[in-house]
Amino acid sequence: MLLLLAIPIGVGLLMVLLPAFGFMPAIGGYEFTLAHWRDLFAAPGIVRSILLSLLAGVVTPAIALAVVFLFMASASATGLDRWVRRFVSPLLAIPHAAAAFGLVFMIAPAGLIARLVSPELTGWDRPADLLIVNDSYGLAMIAGLVIKEIPFLLLVAITVLPQLNPVQRVSMARSLGYRPSVAWLKTVAPGLYPLMRLPLVAVIAFASATVDVALILGPTLPPTLSVRLLGWFGDPDLSMRFMAAAAALLQLGVSLLAVASWLLGEKLVSKLYRLWVHSGNRLGGDRAIFFLGRTLLPGALVVIGGSMLALLLSSFSLSWRFPHALPASWTVQHWVDAIPGMSTPVFNTLIIAAVSTTIALVLVVGSLEFEQRSGRKQSSAMWLLYLPLLIPQVVFLFGMVIFAEFFYWQPNLLLVIFGHLLFVVPYVFLVLSEAYRRLDPHWSQLSATLGASPSKTFWRIRIPLLLAPALSAAAMGIAISVSIFLPTQLLGAGRIVTVTTEAIALASGGSRSTIATWALLQSLLPMLGFLVALFVPKILWQNRIGMQEG
Amino acid sequence: MGVREHILELQDVCITLNGQTIVEINRTIKAGEVLTVMGPSGSGKTSLLAYIAGFLASAFQASGRIVIDGKDVSELPAEQRKAGLLFQDPMLFPHLSVGENLRFGIPQGHTNKQELVMHSLQEIGLAGYADRDPGTLSGGQAARVALMRLLLSRPRVVLLDEPFSKLDAALRSEIRLQVFERLRKASLPTILVTHDPADAVAANGQVFQI
Repeated sequence: MLLLLAIPIGVGLLMVLLPAFGFMPAIGGYEFTLAHWRDLFAAPGIVRSILLSLLAGVVTPAIALAVVFLFMASASATGLDRWVRRFVSPLLAIPHAAAAFGLVFMIAPAGLIARLVSPELTGWDRPADLLIVNDSYGLAMIAGLVIKEIPFLLLVAITVLPQLNPVQRVSMARSLGYRPSVAWLKTVAPGLYPLMRLPLVAVIAFASATVDVALILGPTLPPTLSVRLLGWFGDPDLSMRFMAAAAALLQLGVSLLAVASWLLGEKLVSKLYRLWVHSGNRLGGDRAIFFLGRTLLPGALVVIGGSMLALLLSSFSLSWRFPHALPASWTVQHWVDAIPGMSTPVFNTLIIAAVSTTIALVLVVGSLEFEQRSGRKQSSAMWLLYLPLLIPQVVFLFGMVIFAEFFYWQPNLLLVIFGHLLFVVPYVFLVLSEAYRRLDPHWSQLSATLGASPSKTFWRIRIPLLLAPALSAAAMGIAISVSIFLPTQLLGAGRIVTVTTEAIALASGGSRSTIATWALLQSLLPMLGFLVALFVPKILWQNRIGMQEG
Repeated sequence: MGVREHILELQDVCITLNGQTIVEINRTIKAGEVLTVMGPSGSGKTSLLAYIAGFLASAFQASGRIVIDGKDVSELPAEQRKAGLLFQDPMLFPHLSVGENLRFGIPQGHTNKQELVMHSLQEIGLAGYADRDPGTLSGGQAARVALMRLLLSRPRVVLLDEPFSKLDAALRSEIRLQVFERLRKASLPTILVTHDPADAVAANGQVFQI
């Protein structure tokens, strides 16, 4: 399974490397040259594009991590904590593109927020001429990335937290006179951070090379490096491919630089942090931590919720003049109009999501079951599994396209499904592996002593006991598959349309209501998956006390 | 149930962890006899049971032979050894009904499983409980179902891993008596791991101290 994931990425990287230095016989590149690099660095505004990508790559994880840690420090094991945990998975299911569109409808000069406070506070009776979305520093883009990464990092933190006995640590520190939130930050956070380093690198790789969020919220003059390289790659002039390949390598370098800066920053912060921990200060900042922790993260979740509301209002509005907070008249026409065009993308989306998730489940369950039966510890090569998340997708996907073209493979559904698999497998593994390994080994031992063969134990005991986490993992796989844009766009060469590619294609030029309709449709499909994962076990096990919350 | 006499021999069994010997034992347990293995926690009692049952963790090394009814089973996979096991918890499969739990252990090819399940439930005073959720049983009821499930799987030897330690005092002696009586009736060689001396007294057999 590891090879299945690692080889295409290796090939993808290689196939970017060659054309970047001029070698690509298919379009007339026979000798190695640095000319394309000179062209690349001569492109107007290239330095600004690089800096934008770098900035997004470092600032996004820093803000998201700080918000998550402050929340956990101030709200662990409270009612607020339980409330938030309930919303993490569904919020994570909202595709990046839909959340980005939602944010536009929220914060734009004609967005929901401006409408709510206008004209009373602002005095605006028409949308102000402000560049809030697509601002030239990429702040809106970073905001969009941050609100999507917060639920992700929170979920990761919640998953690994029990290993650290947080309650015990905090009680210990409190008995020594530390205020609760200070106690959490001084005793739990230093242990939690190393466990989150890998997911953080994934966040850096994604944020520094995002395409869909950058297309919707990002700056335009110039756009980020990833968006520009997508443009060069799609240029009808095939010789632009050389420069696009060089830009893809540059993107890899920029993402690596972002990771390196992060690790450097980590060293510095950990020194300062240690000074703070060792200072013995027991009260300092408790109020501020408490206040920030309890407002920032719930605030971010409210923004996502509000964004979805803004989409919903827009998709049913007939006339909605500024500065009215609600549409003056309503219609279902936008949805009715969208239906004829929906069938193909929805069908494609469902097929791709279903097939890639099914294959991923079989692979992941198979390898976990093998691990159980052979009694071997987790292989150290497992980090390879996360490779597709750690390397910017745009880089190796280009290489894969070039590789496919080299063999004259036409873009087709299978290729797209394979591309999705690269991203679905790691997430399915992430969700399922903990539950699988934590299942009490006594169950299968007992089953064996009762004479059940390994396969009977697997089907009759392990699968039913793990049904709930397996369905959650499947829902996560579907959500990832529905939301990803680049693999579909590149490996399908734009010919295979899904709800996500359609929604993003509307970003430039679609009417507000049409965009809202498609963005909602895009969020709806993963939501259905999570609902199924939530309710099927509840219904199936309603007469089994031992299976509730298990 | 036809009663067959079984016999369990542990021949020069030695379990080591990182080169350090933790258990060394050489015993024969005849049909209906109970060998009580005592020792502080962490002394390797449970590793001994795991080795006999067939799922010793790979960190341990073991040598010696486990012989059941004259046949060396040391290399067989757990499901072919026919060594029944009871843990501290009854561990009734939570997704199956009480009846399905009993049925799970009945060997393949048994002609009338349904009737056997009904009959067995009657025997342990739980007639009519076949469709019940195991989560609704009391501690004593669950312990009786777990023992019956083990017996229905027709084991040749029985391994008990502190099976009474979680029961409250009043229930403990009652369940203990029932378990030993049934195992004796079934003529099964038994190994009991415990750190409660009262268990050893009730078992009324050889004692092995680790």
